[in-house]
Amino acid sequence: MSGRLRQPWLWAWVGAAAVWLATAAFTGGTGSAQVLSAALTFGAFYVIVALGQMFVITLGPGNVDLSIPACMTLAGTVSMKVMGGAAAMLPVGLVLALLIGLGVGTVNFALIRLLRIPPIIATLSSSFIFQSAAIWYNRGLRVKPPEPLADFTTARIAGVPVIALAVAALAVAMHLLLTRTLYGRAVLAIGQNQRAAHLAGIRVERTRALTYLMCATLAGLCGFLLAGFSGGAALNMGEEYLLSSIAVVVIGGTSVAGGYSNVPGLWGAALFLFLLVTMLNTFGAGAGVRLVLTGLIIIGVIVAASGGRRRI
Amino acid sequence: MASQIGNLISPRLLRALLPPLSLAALLVTIFWLQPRTQSYFGLNLLLNLAIPIALATIAQMFILCVNELDLSIGAFVSLCACITATWLNDTPLLGVLALAGLVGVYALLGALIHLRNLPSIVVTLGMSFVWLGLAVLVLPTPGGAAPGWIRSLMTLKPPLVPFPIIAAVAIAGVVHVGLMRSAFGTVLRGAGGNPASLARAGWSILRIKMTMFALAGFFGALSGMALVGLTTSADANIALRYTLLSIAGVILGGGEFVGGRVSPIGAVIGAVTLALAGSFLSFLRLNPDWQIGAQGAILILVLALRVLISRGEARR
Repeated sequence: MSGRLRQPWLWAWVGAAAVWLATAAFTGGTGSAQVLSAALTFGAFYVIVALGQMFVITLGPGNVDLSIPACMTLAGTVSMKVMGGAAAMLPVGLVLALLIGLGVGTVNFALIRLLRIPPIIATLSSSFIFQSAAIWYNRGLRVKPPEPLADFTTARIAGVPVIALAVAALAVAMHLLLTRTLYGRAVLAIGQNQRAAHLAGIRVERTRALTYLMCATLAGLCGFLLAGFSGGAALNMGEEYLLSSIAVVVIGGTSVAGGYSNVPGLWGAALFLFLLVTMLNTFGAGAGVRLVLTGLIIIGVIVAASGGRRRI
Repeated sequence: MASQIGNLISPRLLRALLPPLSLAALLVTIFWLQPRTQSYFGLNLLLNLAIPIALATIAQMFILCVNELDLSIGAFVSLCACITATWLNDTPLLGVLALAGLVGVYALLGALIHLRNLPSIVVTLGMSFVWLGLAVLVLPTPGGAAPGWIRSLMTLKPPLVPFPIIAAVAIAGVVHVGLMRSAFGTVLRGAGGNPASLARAGWSILRIKMTMFALAGFFGALSGMALVGLTTSADANIALRYTLLSIAGVILGGGEFVGGRVSPIGAVIGAVTLALAGSFLSFLRLNPDWQIGAQGAILILVLALRVLISRGEARR
């Protein structure tokens, strides 16, 4: 039992459940199911980008991808404009969004590897360029997504959002990728000790390259789906994902120092973050109070989680 | 040819010269594109918004110097700007107390991060929500007014040399003497280089981290005040982009992410370079959509040059 209690992802789920129960208690249970359904939808978008960010952060200190918002925006705007709302163009748009992600990841890793720029600065400076490209390409237009895409992102089966099910399946696949494949073990090994991993014959740079490519591709996918969900791409659609992608990873129990990560915590943390904001909204808190409490609670969770997790 | 130059100038010197040379190249190009910027008035206009950015960059530099990273400095500067435009203007005593209290909170954050061994990225990420929330509470809608004395300081017109240049030199000089030339400054930087040996020598790493975070808070507050002095009013989102600009500025100025290797003069130069990068494109009459992109491109260009120089260094 004590072993179970020490699971790093447990706290995120406990937090999410507590926040949901507090909201339900306040409203007397009305609308709790709708809140949960909304949390699953919005949580799914958080999880898509957080999966990529988790692999990057696991690579070790200094590894983080700050270009996620710009990549989402660029993939969203370009794919929406190219599809022009036509259902027949859907596969083209999806492939395009993924390719843009791949391109962003390639540029990021080229900067990191060839120019030896620290990843934070490399992804930051490249994100400026991608953001500019999105602004230039978009010209303030808001192109409606094709009907089937909008339907897919808002559909429900027995009250459960389809997109949440799809992302849950994606999370399971990523969990297997992390724990059961050579690639995943290599990522963990590099995060724990890059030199030892290199000496053990792991191809460090190839693994890092794959990780940055995957992270950006997932961001591209998220931008595509989010644009479909919110009725078109907006230039600021990625904004909140910069902080939340990192926050979800860390609250989910992944070590910021790298080398230790887990997928179940991502879902818990994503639900926690969304439900927290919903709870504060339900309590009638203004925007200012809501932000202050969100920040303090995030820090509180991290302080609590790090205390229970110190095991060196 | 390149090797001849390499023999004359050591790569180390070349690397130190890179930030001022990039700034000079940018300035010369701007002068060439738009000769009117060479005037007193033109320079003033070109450079005055670089002052708050330079102050925020110095704040970030103190944090980077002890191997941490502050992702909340932009929100913090916004909050300080909001307080300056409201409380400091209406009830100066309350404003001063509030700003001093915020500097104290920064010191406590340093203590929390050190004592609980928390990742600074995450703690400051959380704090960015707190600062932004407080800013919204202090100033729900854009507005406020700059206190007269800050306004008159920031719009000062000294003879011959425009005020922003004097301010930039003063900021760089004061921090350089304090951090790079003084005995205590060396100890402070040592906490980034080798904390274990510093602790053995009897220094308290906790107190050093608290000092560095407090200094960051202090310069963040100055940045907010300077910003309001220029814009005359504030809003809660006024300086959010400073977080990324300040990190980029420190690195552009030759600072490193680890090891306490920072340069205050370089940081100020880096901040001014980034501030000018925006103007540069508008003088090129290129599409304004590419403004942010140009900042990214300049950053990449300078870092690429630094790698080339380091390779030259490694070969010798």
